Amino acid sequence: MDYLALYVTLKLALVTTVFLMVIAAPIAYLLAYYRFPGKSLLEALIYLPMALPPTVIGFYLIIIMGPKGFMGKTWGMLTGYSLLFTFVGITIASIVYSIPFAVQPMKAAFSKIDRRLLDAAYVLGLSKRAAFLRVIIPNSLGGIAASAVLVFLHSIGAFGVLLMVGGSIPGETKVASIAIYEAVETMNYQAAGMIALSFIPISYAFLLLINKINEGSRI
Amino acid sequence: MTIFASFKKKLKYFDLDISFSCAKKNMMVMIGPSGGGKTTIIRMLAGLETPKEGKVIFGDEVWFDSLGCINVSPQKRRLGYVFQDYTLFPHLNLYDNAAFAAVNKKEVDELFDLFKISHLRKRKPHMVSGGERQRCAICQALARHPRILLLDEPFSALDAITRRGLREELKNLKSGMSFPIIYVTHDITEALYLADEILPVVEGKLDNQWMQRMIAREPSAEVSIRAAREPRLSLVY
Repeated sequence: MDYLALYVTLKLALVTTVFLMVIAAPIAYLLAYYRFPGKSLLEALIYLPMALPPTVIGFYLIIIMGPKGFMGKTWGMLTGYSLLFTFVGITIASIVYSIPFAVQPMKAAFSKIDRRLLDAAYVLGLSKRAAFLRVIIPNSLGGIAASAVLVFLHSIGAFGVLLMVGGSIPGETKVASIAIYEAVETMNYQAAGMIALSFIPISYAFLLLINKINEGSRI
Repeated sequence: MTIFASFKKKLKYFDLDISFSCAKKNMMVMIGPSGGGKTTIIRMLAGLETPKEGKVIFGDEVWFDSLGCINVSPQKRRLGYVFQDYTLFPHLNLYDNAAFAAVNKKEVDELFDLFKISHLRKRKPHMVSGGERQRCAICQALARHPRILLLDEPFSALDAITRRGLREELKNLKSGMSFPIIYVTHDITEALYLADEILPVVEGKLDNQWMQRMIAREPSAEVSIRAAREPRLSLVY
């Protein structure tokens, strides 16, 4: 069995989840608490990766991450390496691909918090930043956990985007879903079946976790 | 320290236009019908809302001045504010709630003893009664060493007996406090019991005749219909 591909998948999903939690929290806060011109446009833009075919996202990522694109160029100047066909490259692709799934549950959790709690925190002397860390985050743990699990599951399932941006380099960009696809293409159904089977307990366990979190947040 | 405030603000159904002052060690009760702008006034004092015109002066500090473009943030006004309900942080136990912004954590224990909730320090807000929650909310406000205490209908979500008990406790406590207290209520009995000074607010304006009208039951159609529907049970307590 292709343990290496499974390892790359889990590593990618974990790194994506950690980065996305940090990136999505301020975006969700902005969307939940502020009104500004162009807000609905910004919101739609953030959710766009959910509505686009993965190959379309992949195509544009190739353009901007390629040696002539602004991201690829900057990265090349800083490190001397290319972004395409690397683990860093597919991590960025995976972050873009999963961002709606991180922002949406977090925004919902933040919006549910009673505004009077924030008023109370301000009167008690907390700055907006401190209120975010000491009041909003601890009272949205359910939503944040749900968003982390969703992002994790969504990024272990990514295929089209990663194939376009990363190709299939073993140990670097060859994730399990690509390994399954390649195994089937070479008629190696046993190898494909093994990797496919290993997904079922992982995904099932995470779904159970989501249910658990939802139950917990209802109390 | 004396607080002086004057506000003008357009609200949805009427224009708010009022000015008042409250000296230290004084309990001023702001009374009037619901929806008359009392909470808005309190929120403007706290800095959570901005009046269109006006001033708030506390001692020799200017908190708000529409002409001088001064607006001190709620964080820096250092006041205690107890809302009607839902002010405790649900993720913290009562002790951590009260200690949230405490100047000296040791005082929290003393306050808990004073308000008789020491045995509940480890409980979360949803595990205690409404009266205990409001006691804790008052501890939270006092532990911050507020320079003025704002109480916005703090007991009105409670049952009549608990409310009467807390009202008495508050009155006893008042003598030990050296700052002005502004107490909002729509309950005349409560106002008469607690107040050193009464500020009747009707539709955003000072209306000194309101109390007399309500007590004398001015025979206007609206008032008598309401009186017939809801007997003044609260006078019993």
